[in-house]
Amino acid sequence: MLKREGEVRIPSGCAVAGLFSKDGKSISGETIIRAMTVMHDRSNGLGGGFAGYGIYPQYKDYYAFHVFYESASAREECEKYINEMYEVINLSKIPVKKSPKITNEPLIWRYFISPDHNRLRDSQLDEKEYVVRTVVHINTQMDGAYVFSSGKNMGVFKAVGFPEDVGEFYRLDEYEGYSWTAHGRYPTNTPGWWGGAHPFAMLDYSIVHNGEISSYDANRRYIEMFGYKCTLLTDTEVITYIIDYLVRRTGLTLEETASVIAAPFWSTIEGRSEGERERLTYLRNTFSSLLITGPFSILLGFDGGMMALNDRLKLRSMVVGEKDDMVYIASEECALRVMEPSIERVWAPKGGEPVIVRLNRKNGDS
Amino acid sequence: MPINFIYPEFEIVRDESQCIRCRACERQCANEVHGYDSERNAMESDELKCVNCHRCVLLCPTRALKIIRTDHTFRENANWNEDAIKEIYMQAGSGGVLLSSMGNPKNYPVYWDKILINASQVTNPPIDPLREPMETKTFLGKKPEKIGRSDDGTLKVNTSPQLELELPVMFSAMSYGSISYNAHESMARAAQSLGTYYNTGEGGLHEDFYKYGKNTIVQVASGRFGVYLDYLNAGAAIEIKMGQGAKPGIGGHLPGAKIVGDIAKTRMIPEGSDAISPAPHHDIYSIEDLRQLVYSLKEATQNKKPVIVKVAAVHNIAAIASGIARSGADIIAIDGFRGGTGAAPTRIRDNVGIPIELALASVDTRLRDEGIRSSVSLVAGGSIRNSADVVKAIALGADAVYIATGAMLALGCHLCRNCQSGKCNWGIATQRPDLVKRLNPELGHQRLINLLNAWKHEIKEMMGGMGINSIEALKGNRLMLRGVGLNEKELEILGIMHAGD
Repeated sequence: MLKREGEVRIPSGCAVAGLFSKDGKSISGETIIRAMTVMHDRSNGLGGGFAGYGIYPQYKDYYAFHVFYESASAREECEKYINEMYEVINLSKIPVKKSPKITNEPLIWRYFISPDHNRLRDSQLDEKEYVVRTVVHINTQMDGAYVFSSGKNMGVFKAVGFPEDVGEFYRLDEYEGYSWTAHGRYPTNTPGWWGGAHPFAMLDYSIVHNGEISSYDANRRYIEMFGYKCTLLTDTEVITYIIDYLVRRTGLTLEETASVIAAPFWSTIEGRSEGERERLTYLRNTFSSLLITGPFSILLGFDGGMMALNDRLKLRSMVVGEKDDMVYIASEECALRVMEPSIERVWAPKGGEPVIVRLNRKNGDS
Repeated sequence: MPINFIYPEFEIVRDESQCIRCRACERQCANEVHGYDSERNAMESDELKCVNCHRCVLLCPTRALKIIRTDHTFRENANWNEDAIKEIYMQAGSGGVLLSSMGNPKNYPVYWDKILINASQVTNPPIDPLREPMETKTFLGKKPEKIGRSDDGTLKVNTSPQLELELPVMFSAMSYGSISYNAHESMARAAQSLGTYYNTGEGGLHEDFYKYGKNTIVQVASGRFGVYLDYLNAGAAIEIKMGQGAKPGIGGHLPGAKIVGDIAKTRMIPEGSDAISPAPHHDIYSIEDLRQLVYSLKEATQNKKPVIVKVAAVHNIAAIASGIARSGADIIAIDGFRGGTGAAPTRIRDNVGIPIELALASVDTRLRDEGIRSSVSLVAGGSIRNSADVVKAIALGADAVYIATGAMLALGCHLCRNCQSGKCNWGIATQRPDLVKRLNPELGHQRLINLLNAWKHEIKEMMGGMGINSIEALKGNRLMLRGVGLNEKELEILGIMHAGD
């Protein structure tokens, strides 16, 4: 029998796409599905997914858990745990449109929740760490339950299938958000497990990624020192943890984070001004085990922004285009043009140079 | 006259038709194997004295010489093999402890040779080091636990003192006294030119070599020879030698005959006196004492130098390393049981300690399990023989490696394993001026540079093959390794999968 994701490391090629409205306009999920349709050949039907930000304005103060269950009993056990640890504001099945292209679906549930006050206080953790630990607990300790989205006012939707079919299955045209990312997967094995699809998310960070990183085990073994547990053995999972560790737990900016994971070459660093040289050397030396090598293009979605980053040799394609307040990013230019036919200023960011976009208006809780 | 029970191990084959009786072999052999019989106009040999160091063979202008292993044998016995029998004869004759040199030559498993390296195919690209940058720069030392920022938000550089290596290979400790001035000069100059470090060993630092301080690691061992403030401040780092892979649990003994001239001066002991390093440091009987020495040395050098603690790979190495990591040390050097030595009791060299591959893997795993891997760097030594061993060591979790036997081979050593005699024909493990001058540091340092540059090319090729363009992404990257012919337990300790898995 084929091993499931997590029991074996499965390399894969991929397509990624993203769109972002700096003015915070609400955009239907239909646009991003179109981008994936034209990149159909970059996936092989074994995984597709999306992340939307700003999609749950009515519940924006609550963590939105999206959970796969393999059985009713798994759901029962998990809900018991969620009820213990959280106050549940709303729960429901995630609405889907049945389709012959998407089969073997697990039970897919959504919970809007907020940490139980007493439990949170007793844990002596900050709220986000509390959420992270409960998610890790469910995903590693509970058979048949898997939380695949856990941020506020954002959600991940993923499945085994071609991405455009996955988008239709989840009825993403009915959601509106200011930011979307998408992923089509081309794994070299047949895991057939929905949890293995991308995006991979932790709190409001979501990652879609195209590539196969050669630094994987160096990164994994380092990050696991800090309480993370890489259960899927995928690049996306470890990259998400690295970003969570560097940004949330260590307090680096996104730009600094990019200088760690796609660090400039020493020869480049030597050519910089003294202060900059010192700063880059410090980051590279201090977090040397979090340097990511090998091909990757990643889109990091987060509350209020998006970052696109290529590996330092730019071994994976990624182009960016702009039009008014909109920023479009994709593996292929055709995807940009199908999202926005009159797109202006299209360019390919250099390897290791992050493209970071944020909402224009200061909107702390969007 | 009593019977000498020892039959010569080697035979000297002299092609009489080639030999021109130039007597070069006679002049070259400090062991006095070769002689000349003027009556017969013939060269003669006392094969019992031959150590098979190849000096005469390589210096013979007509290539008339070769050394072969004798085919004279004892009656075959799988239990009482030749070495076992001969050692009995020697001890029955001398009543002494058997002495040997260099690393453990016995037939224990060499795990490096049972580990294979990965390469990229299709799903990600190999990287060509001739076309793309391929980085081998390595920093050794403690990494900050937390970042700090100034008021304006800029990052504070709160890094502890570090060693910066252009290639993660350093020359391991060999004292001045156990090896020659010219051998030290060769290593010091090579380290400077390569952007790495050499190590003084426990015999102090010759005054001529203070100028290479930026590329020098000064060692503090249990004998404290040559240790004083200027010495500590002269180097880029200080190494406390707790043990050595070739002889864990015992100290050292440089006989008075070798304590001559500058060696006595550098060691700060009287000429002709034996230099005896005790087995323990007599101020370190436990881990908390080590901590005091670490901090004393840091204080003496204004906290400007990283402190290395070198230990022999022994059974409980993971716990020991964990203790050292919490004792303020910046770097732990682990020396495997195949590490070399200028002299060790044979029984200890051949029977004490464990292989570096297993020790390194278990230490790296333990430090990660305890979440303290970044508070200390790991240097692995004790028989790193080539660039593939370096790659494997780093993928198992080492930050860098130490080489010593390999460096001596580059200088001409032929591993005859008789360093203790002081009659090294290659000018390395000797203090006899006529022998020392055979090692030309100008050529010697260039050979060391050549060796490590060659390794660097090979390391880059292997990294590129794996799709890795910077050495830090190789560190601890055990997925890049597979075992062949290893059992479950060995794979578990090494933390690698079997080939095909």
